[in-house]
Amino acid sequence: MAHIQLPEGLPGIRGPMVFSPETTKPLCDLVQVLLTGPHSLTPAEREMIATYVSSQNECNYCQNCHGSTAAQHLGGKDADYELIARMKQNYEATAISSKMKALLAIAGKVQKGGKHVTGDDVVRARQEGATDKEIHDTVLIAAAFCMFNRYVDGLATWQPREPEIYREIGKQTSQLGYVGRDYKKPLRAIADKQLKVEV
Amino acid sequence: MAHIRLPEGIPGILGPMAFSPETAKPLNTLAEVLLRGPNSLPPADREMIATYVSSQNDCYFCQHAHGAVAAYRLGGDEKLVNDVKLNFESAAISDKMKALLAIASKVQKDGKQVTASDVDRARQHGATDKEIHDTVLIAAAFCMYNRYVDGLATWAPSDANMYRENGRRLAELGYVESTAQSPVVEKELV
Repeated sequence: MAHIQLPEGLPGIRGPMVFSPETTKPLCDLVQVLLTGPHSLTPAEREMIATYVSSQNECNYCQNCHGSTAAQHLGGKDADYELIARMKQNYEATAISSKMKALLAIAGKVQKGGKHVTGDDVVRARQEGATDKEIHDTVLIAAAFCMFNRYVDGLATWQPREPEIYREIGKQTSQLGYVGRDYKKPLRAIADKQLKVEV
Repeated sequence: MAHIRLPEGIPGILGPMAFSPETAKPLNTLAEVLLRGPNSLPPADREMIATYVSSQNDCYFCQHAHGAVAAYRLGGDEKLVNDVKLNFESAAISDKMKALLAIASKVQKDGKQVTASDVDRARQHGATDKEIHDTVLIAAAFCMYNRYVDGLATWAPSDANMYRENGRRLAELGYVESTAQSPVVEKELV
Protein backbone atom coordinates (compact mmCIF):
# COMPACT_ATOMS: atom_id res chain seq x y z
CA MET A 1 0.00 0.00 0.00
CA ALA A 2 1.27 3.48 -0.83
CA HIS A 3 2.45 5.62 2.08
CA ILE A 4 -0.04 8.37 1.23
CA GLN A 5 -3.52 8.38 -0.24
CA LEU A 6 -3.04 8.31 -4.01
CA PRO A 7 -5.66 8.18 -6.81
CA GLU A 8 -6.77 4.59 -7.47
CA GLY A 9 -5.64 2.49 -10.36
CA LEU A 10 -2.64 4.55 -11.42
CA PRO A 11 0.67 2.68 -11.53
CA GLY A 12 4.05 3.91 -10.38
CA ILE A 13 4.80 7.61 -10.72
CA ARG A 14 1.36 8.40 -12.19
CA GLY A 15 -0.35 8.41 -8.78
CA PRO A 16 2.08 10.93 -7.23
CA MET A 17 1.99 13.00 -10.42
CA VAL A 18 -1.77 13.38 -10.23
CA PHE A 19 -1.52 14.02 -6.46
CA SER A 20 0.92 16.90 -6.95
CA PRO A 21 0.42 18.72 -10.26
CA GLU A 22 2.65 21.69 -9.33
CA THR A 23 5.73 19.49 -9.05
CA THR A 24 4.67 17.25 -11.94
CA LYS A 25 5.00 20.05 -14.47
CA PRO A 26 8.75 20.72 -13.98
CA LEU A 27 9.41 16.98 -13.58
CA CYS A 28 7.79 16.28 -16.96
CA ASP A 29 9.48 19.28 -18.57
CA LEU A 30 12.84 17.99 -17.32
CA VAL A 31 12.40 14.48 -18.66
CA GLN A 32 10.98 15.79 -21.92
CA VAL A 33 14.11 17.88 -22.53
CA LEU A 34 16.44 15.11 -21.39
CA LEU A 35 14.96 12.13 -23.20
CA THR A 36 13.13 13.42 -26.28
CA GLY A 37 13.82 15.81 -29.10
CA PRO A 38 16.77 16.34 -31.43
CA HIS A 39 20.06 15.24 -29.92
CA SER A 40 23.31 13.55 -30.93
CA LEU A 41 22.23 10.68 -28.64
CA THR A 42 19.08 8.98 -29.97
CA PRO A 43 15.96 8.78 -27.80
CA ALA A 44 16.61 5.03 -27.51
CA GLU A 45 20.13 5.68 -26.19
CA ARG A 46 18.92 8.25 -23.68
CA GLU A 47 16.10 5.99 -22.50
CA MET A 48 18.70 3.23 -22.16
CA ILE A 49 20.69 5.35 -19.70
CA ALA A 50 17.50 5.99 -17.69
CA THR A 51 16.67 2.28 -17.78
CA TYR A 52 20.12 1.18 -16.72
CA VAL A 53 20.24 3.53 -13.74
CA SER A 54 16.72 2.51 -12.72
CA SER A 55 17.74 -1.14 -12.82
CA GLN A 56 20.81 -0.40 -10.70
CA ASN A 57 18.48 1.32 -8.24
CA GLU A 58 16.23 -1.76 -8.45
CA CYS A 59 13.17 0.32 -9.26
CA ASN A 60 10.77 -2.08 -10.93
CA TYR A 61 8.36 0.46 -12.38
CA CYS A 62 10.93 2.86 -13.76
CA GLN A 63 13.20 0.27 -15.34
CA ASN A 64 10.25 -1.41 -17.03
CA CYS A 65 8.63 1.80 -18.30
CA HIS A 66 11.83 3.23 -19.68
CA GLY A 67 13.12 -0.13 -20.85
CA SER A 68 9.93 -0.55 -22.82
CA THR A 69 10.16 2.99 -24.19
CA ALA A 70 13.76 2.32 -25.27
CA ALA A 71 12.71 -0.95 -26.93
CA GLN A 72 9.85 0.80 -28.73
CA HIS A 73 12.24 3.45 -30.05
CA LEU A 74 14.43 0.61 -31.37
CA GLY A 75 11.48 -0.95 -33.20
CA GLY A 76 9.31 -2.55 -30.53
CA LYS A 77 10.14 -6.14 -31.48
CA ASP A 78 10.91 -8.95 -29.04
CA ALA A 79 14.57 -8.75 -30.06
CA ASP A 80 14.60 -5.08 -29.01
CA TYR A 81 13.19 -5.95 -25.59
CA GLU A 82 15.81 -8.70 -25.29
CA LEU A 83 18.58 -6.22 -26.08
CA ILE A 84 17.39 -3.96 -23.28
CA ALA A 85 17.24 -6.89 -20.86
CA ARG A 86 20.81 -7.86 -21.80
CA MET A 87 21.98 -4.25 -21.48
CA LYS A 88 20.67 -4.11 -17.90
CA GLN A 89 22.45 -7.33 -17.00
CA ASN A 90 25.78 -6.64 -18.70
CA TYR A 91 26.04 -3.64 -20.98
CA GLU A 92 29.75 -4.27 -21.67
CA ALA A 93 28.81 -7.52 -23.46
CA THR A 94 25.75 -6.15 -25.30
CA ALA A 95 25.52 -5.12 -28.96
CA ILE A 96 25.56 -1.37 -28.38
CA SER A 97 28.17 1.18 -29.44
CA SER A 98 31.45 1.60 -27.56
CA LYS A 99 30.41 5.16 -26.88
CA MET A 100 27.20 3.97 -25.20
CA LYS A 101 29.18 1.53 -23.07
CA ALA A 102 31.43 4.35 -21.92
CA LEU A 103 28.43 6.59 -21.15
CA LEU A 104 26.67 3.79 -19.27
CA ALA A 105 29.84 3.34 -17.22
CA ILE A 106 29.60 7.03 -16.27
CA ALA A 107 25.88 6.66 -15.51
CA GLY A 108 26.65 3.68 -13.28
CA LYS A 109 29.13 5.76 -11.32
CA VAL A 110 26.65 8.64 -10.92
CA GLN A 111 24.10 6.14 -9.60
CA LYS A 112 26.47 5.28 -6.74
CA GLY A 113 27.38 8.92 -6.13
CA GLY A 114 28.61 11.83 -8.23
CA LYS A 115 32.12 11.70 -6.79
CA HIS A 116 32.54 8.16 -8.15
CA VAL A 117 32.91 9.54 -11.68
CA THR A 118 36.64 9.66 -12.43
CA GLY A 119 38.75 11.47 -15.00
CA ASP A 120 39.43 8.06 -16.57
CA ASP A 121 35.70 7.39 -17.01
CA VAL A 122 35.39 10.67 -18.89
CA VAL A 123 38.54 10.08 -20.95
CA ARG A 124 37.14 6.72 -22.04
CA ALA A 125 33.93 8.38 -23.19
CA ARG A 126 35.82 11.08 -25.07
CA GLN A 127 38.00 8.46 -26.78
CA GLU A 128 34.79 6.93 -28.09
CA GLY A 129 33.67 10.30 -29.42
CA ALA A 130 31.44 11.59 -26.61
CA THR A 131 30.96 15.35 -26.58
CA ASP A 132 30.67 17.64 -23.54
CA LYS A 133 26.92 17.79 -24.07
CA GLU A 134 26.61 14.00 -24.22
CA ILE A 135 28.64 13.65 -21.01
CA HIS A 136 26.62 16.42 -19.32
CA ASP A 137 23.34 14.84 -20.34
CA THR A 138 24.44 11.35 -19.30
CA VAL A 139 25.29 12.65 -15.83
CA LEU A 140 22.01 14.56 -15.56
CA ILE A 141 19.85 11.70 -16.86
CA ALA A 142 21.51 9.36 -14.34
CA ALA A 143 21.08 11.90 -11.55
CA ALA A 144 17.46 12.57 -12.48
CA PHE A 145 16.61 8.89 -12.42
CA CYS A 146 18.16 8.60 -8.97
CA MET A 147 15.45 11.12 -8.09
CA PHE A 148 12.56 9.48 -9.98
CA ASN A 149 13.39 6.02 -8.61
CA ARG A 150 13.43 7.33 -5.02
CA TYR A 151 10.15 9.19 -5.61
CA VAL A 152 8.38 6.09 -6.95
CA ASP A 153 9.79 3.72 -4.32
CA GLY A 154 9.81 6.21 -1.44
CA LEU A 155 6.03 6.54 -1.58
CA ALA A 156 5.61 2.75 -2.01
CA THR A 157 3.57 3.26 -5.17
CA TRP A 158 1.78 0.35 -6.83
CA GLN A 159 4.21 -1.24 -9.29
CA PRO A 160 2.50 -3.91 -11.41
CA ARG A 161 4.45 -6.82 -12.83
CA GLU A 162 2.48 -7.58 -16.00
CA PRO A 163 4.65 -7.02 -19.10
CA GLU A 164 1.69 -5.93 -21.24
CA ILE A 165 1.21 -2.90 -19.00
CA TYR A 166 4.78 -1.80 -19.71
CA ARG A 167 4.42 -2.53 -23.44
CA GLU A 168 1.49 -0.14 -23.51
CA ILE A 169 3.34 2.51 -21.48
CA GLY A 170 6.39 2.18 -23.76
CA LYS A 171 4.26 2.61 -26.88
CA GLN A 172 2.48 5.64 -25.46
CA THR A 173 5.64 7.32 -24.24
CA SER A 174 7.72 6.66 -27.36
CA GLN A 175 4.94 8.19 -29.47
CA LEU A 176 3.68 11.00 -27.22
CA GLY A 177 6.61 12.03 -25.02
CA TYR A 178 6.16 13.24 -21.45
CA VAL A 179 4.36 16.57 -21.60
CA GLY A 180 0.76 17.38 -22.45
CA ARG A 181 -0.26 13.92 -21.24
CA ASP A 182 -3.30 12.91 -19.24
CA TYR A 183 -1.73 10.65 -16.62
CA LYS A 184 -5.15 10.11 -15.01
CA LYS A 185 -6.33 8.20 -18.07
CA PRO A 186 -6.49 4.48 -17.23
CA LEU A 187 -4.22 2.14 -19.14
CA ARG A 188 -6.11 -0.35 -21.32
CA ALA A 189 -3.90 -3.20 -20.11
CA ILE A 190 -5.05 -2.50 -16.57
CA ALA A 191 -8.74 -1.87 -17.36
CA ASP A 192 -9.05 -4.93 -19.61
CA LYS A 193 -7.63 -7.28 -17.03
CA GLN A 194 -9.63 -5.62 -14.26
CA LEU A 195 -6.56 -6.13 -12.15
CA LYS A 196 -6.98 -6.01 -8.46
CA VAL A 197 -5.34 -2.75 -7.58
CA GLU A 198 -3.64 -1.88 -4.32
CA VAL A 199 -3.46 1.81 -3.53
CA MET B 1 38.76 20.52 -12.73
CA ALA B 2 35.26 19.89 -14.01
CA HIS B 3 34.71 16.89 -16.29
CA ILE B 4 33.41 19.11 -19.09
CA ARG B 5 34.22 22.63 -20.18
CA LEU B 6 32.15 24.93 -18.01
CA PRO B 7 32.04 28.75 -17.89
CA GLU B 8 34.83 29.98 -15.62
CA GLY B 9 34.40 31.33 -12.14
CA ILE B 10 30.87 30.03 -11.63
CA PRO B 11 30.39 27.86 -8.54
CA GLY B 12 28.60 24.55 -8.06
CA ILE B 13 25.42 23.93 -10.00
CA LEU B 14 25.49 27.33 -11.71
CA GLY B 15 28.24 26.25 -14.13
CA PRO B 16 26.26 23.29 -15.52
CA MET B 17 23.14 25.43 -15.56
CA ALA B 18 24.90 28.04 -17.69
CA PHE B 19 26.17 25.21 -19.93
CA SER B 20 22.67 23.75 -20.36
CA PRO B 21 19.92 26.37 -19.98
CA GLU B 22 17.19 24.07 -21.36
CA THR B 23 17.59 21.69 -18.44
CA ALA B 24 18.31 24.52 -15.96
CA LYS B 25 14.82 25.89 -16.47
CA PRO B 26 12.85 22.89 -15.14
CA LEU B 27 15.52 22.23 -12.49
CA ASN B 28 15.06 25.75 -11.14
CA THR B 29 11.28 25.61 -11.39
CA LEU B 30 11.27 22.34 -9.47
CA ALA B 31 13.42 23.83 -6.69
CA GLU B 32 11.22 26.93 -6.59
CA VAL B 33 8.01 24.94 -6.22
CA LEU B 34 9.46 22.43 -3.75
CA LEU B 35 11.30 24.84 -1.49
CA ARG B 36 9.38 28.12 -1.78
CA GLY B 37 5.89 27.32 -3.05
CA PRO B 38 2.83 27.65 -0.78
CA ASN B 39 3.11 24.89 1.79
CA SER B 40 2.21 24.03 5.36
CA LEU B 41 5.93 23.30 5.85
CA PRO B 42 7.77 26.61 6.17
CA PRO B 43 10.56 27.22 3.64
CA ALA B 44 13.14 26.93 6.45
CA ASP B 45 11.99 23.37 7.17
CA ARG B 46 12.08 22.42 3.52
CA GLU B 47 15.57 23.90 3.07
CA MET B 48 16.60 21.94 6.16
CA ILE B 49 15.49 18.68 4.50
CA ALA B 50 17.45 19.61 1.36
CA THR B 51 20.51 20.50 3.45
CA TYR B 52 20.34 17.33 5.50
CA VAL B 53 20.08 15.06 2.44
CA SER B 54 22.92 16.94 0.74
CA SER B 55 25.12 16.42 3.79
CA GLN B 56 24.26 12.72 3.83
CA ASN B 57 25.31 12.64 0.16
CA ASP B 58 28.48 14.50 1.18
CA CYS B 59 27.86 17.21 -1.41
CA TYR B 60 29.80 20.24 -0.21
CA PHE B 61 28.29 22.85 -2.47
CA CYS B 62 24.66 21.85 -2.01
CA GLN B 63 24.76 21.40 1.75
CA HIS B 64 26.41 24.80 2.19
CA ALA B 65 24.25 26.58 -0.37
CA HIS B 66 21.00 25.30 1.12
CA GLY B 67 22.29 25.33 4.67
CA ALA B 68 22.86 29.04 4.19
CA VAL B 69 19.29 29.56 2.97
CA ALA B 70 17.95 27.63 5.97
CA ALA B 71 20.16 29.59 8.37
CA TYR B 72 19.11 32.92 6.83
CA ARG B 73 15.46 32.01 7.20
CA LEU B 74 16.13 31.05 10.83
CA GLY B 75 17.59 34.46 11.59
CA GLY B 76 21.18 33.38 11.09
CA ASP B 77 21.06 30.21 13.22
CA GLU B 78 23.93 28.36 11.57
CA LYS B 79 24.45 26.30 14.73
CA LEU B 80 20.98 24.74 14.41
CA VAL B 81 21.65 23.83 10.79
CA ASN B 82 24.91 22.15 11.81
CA ASP B 83 23.20 20.36 14.70
CA VAL B 84 20.62 18.95 12.29
CA LYS B 85 23.31 17.75 9.90
CA LEU B 86 25.23 16.03 12.70
CA ASN B 87 22.32 14.49 14.60
CA PHE B 88 18.81 15.69 13.86
CA GLU B 89 17.25 13.46 16.54
CA SER B 90 18.87 15.57 19.23
CA ALA B 91 18.58 18.96 17.51
CA ALA B 92 16.23 21.70 18.73
CA ILE B 93 13.59 21.09 16.06
CA SER B 94 10.00 19.87 16.24
CA ASP B 95 9.11 16.18 16.61
CA LYS B 96 7.37 16.41 13.25
CA MET B 97 10.58 17.67 11.59
CA LYS B 98 12.56 14.84 13.21
CA ALA B 99 10.07 12.33 11.81
CA LEU B 100 10.23 13.93 8.34
CA LEU B 101 14.03 14.00 8.40
CA ALA B 102 13.99 10.30 9.33
CA ILE B 103 11.93 9.69 6.18
CA ALA B 104 14.31 11.86 4.13
CA SER B 105 17.24 9.89 5.51
CA LYS B 106 15.71 6.66 4.26
CA VAL B 107 14.93 8.12 0.83
CA GLN B 108 18.54 9.26 0.53
CA LYS B 109 19.69 5.64 0.85
CA ASP B 110 16.94 4.02 -1.21
CA GLY B 111 13.22 4.75 -1.52
CA LYS B 112 12.37 1.19 -0.55
CA GLN B 113 13.83 1.78 2.90
CA VAL B 114 10.97 4.04 3.89
CA THR B 115 8.74 1.91 6.10
CA ALA B 116 5.12 2.21 7.15
CA SER B 117 6.34 2.83 10.67
CA ASP B 118 8.49 5.78 9.51
CA VAL B 119 5.32 7.22 7.98
CA ASP B 120 3.22 6.44 11.08
CA ARG B 121 5.72 8.30 13.22
CA ALA B 122 5.39 11.35 10.98
CA ARG B 123 1.59 11.14 11.05
CA GLN B 124 1.57 10.82 14.85
CA HIS B 125 3.33 14.17 14.92
CA GLY B 126 0.80 15.73 12.60
CA ALA B 127 2.39 15.31 9.16
CA THR B 128 -0.10 15.46 6.30
CA ASP B 129 -0.04 13.46 3.06
CA LYS B 130 1.30 16.52 1.23
CA GLU B 131 4.07 17.04 3.79
CA ILE B 132 5.10 13.41 3.48
CA HIS B 133 4.92 13.58 -0.33
CA ASP B 134 7.01 16.74 -0.39
CA THR B 135 9.56 15.37 2.06
CA VAL B 136 10.08 12.31 -0.15
CA LEU B 137 10.32 14.42 -3.30
CA ILE B 138 12.68 17.01 -1.79
CA ALA B 139 14.94 14.20 -0.58
CA ALA B 140 14.75 12.48 -3.97
CA ALA B 141 15.38 15.72 -5.85
CA PHE B 142 18.47 16.48 -3.81
CA CYS B 143 19.80 13.02 -4.59
CA MET B 144 19.61 14.30 -8.18
CA TYR B 145 21.08 17.79 -7.62
CA ASN B 146 23.94 16.41 -5.50
CA ARG B 147 24.86 13.86 -8.19
CA TYR B 148 24.66 16.53 -10.91
CA VAL B 149 26.99 18.88 -9.04
CA ASP B 150 29.49 16.21 -8.01
CA GLY B 151 29.15 14.03 -11.11
CA LEU B 152 30.55 16.83 -13.25
CA ALA B 153 33.23 17.65 -10.64
CA THR B 154 32.11 21.27 -10.40
CA TRP B 155 34.00 23.88 -8.37
CA ALA B 156 32.84 24.22 -4.74
CA PRO B 157 34.19 27.38 -3.11
CA SER B 158 34.94 27.23 0.60
CA ASP B 159 34.21 30.87 1.38
CA ALA B 160 31.55 30.91 4.10
CA ASN B 161 30.65 34.52 3.37
CA MET B 162 29.93 33.69 -0.25
CA TYR B 163 27.42 31.05 0.87
CA ARG B 164 25.86 33.46 3.39
CA GLU B 165 25.36 36.10 0.72
CA ASN B 166 24.07 33.51 -1.73
CA GLY B 167 21.72 32.16 0.96
CA ARG B 168 20.23 35.61 1.41
CA ARG B 169 19.79 36.04 -2.37
CA LEU B 170 18.13 32.67 -2.79
CA ALA B 171 15.83 33.23 0.17
CA GLU B 172 14.78 36.63 -1.15
CA LEU B 173 14.72 36.06 -4.90
CA GLY B 174 14.16 32.33 -5.21
CA TYR B 175 15.58 29.85 -7.68
CA VAL B 176 14.14 31.19 -10.91
CA GLU B 177 14.76 34.91 -10.37
CA SER B 178 18.22 34.58 -8.85
CA THR B 179 19.47 32.51 -11.79
CA ALA B 180 18.06 35.02 -14.23
CA GLN B 181 20.23 37.60 -12.50
CA SER B 182 23.13 35.23 -11.76
CA PRO B 183 26.30 37.11 -10.85
CA VAL B 184 29.66 35.71 -11.89
CA VAL B 185 31.60 34.98 -8.75
CA GLU B 186 35.28 35.73 -8.61
CA LYS B 187 37.16 32.46 -8.69
CA GLU B 188 38.67 31.84 -5.29
CA LEU B 189 42.38 32.60 -5.27
CA VAL B 190 44.46 29.74 -3.97
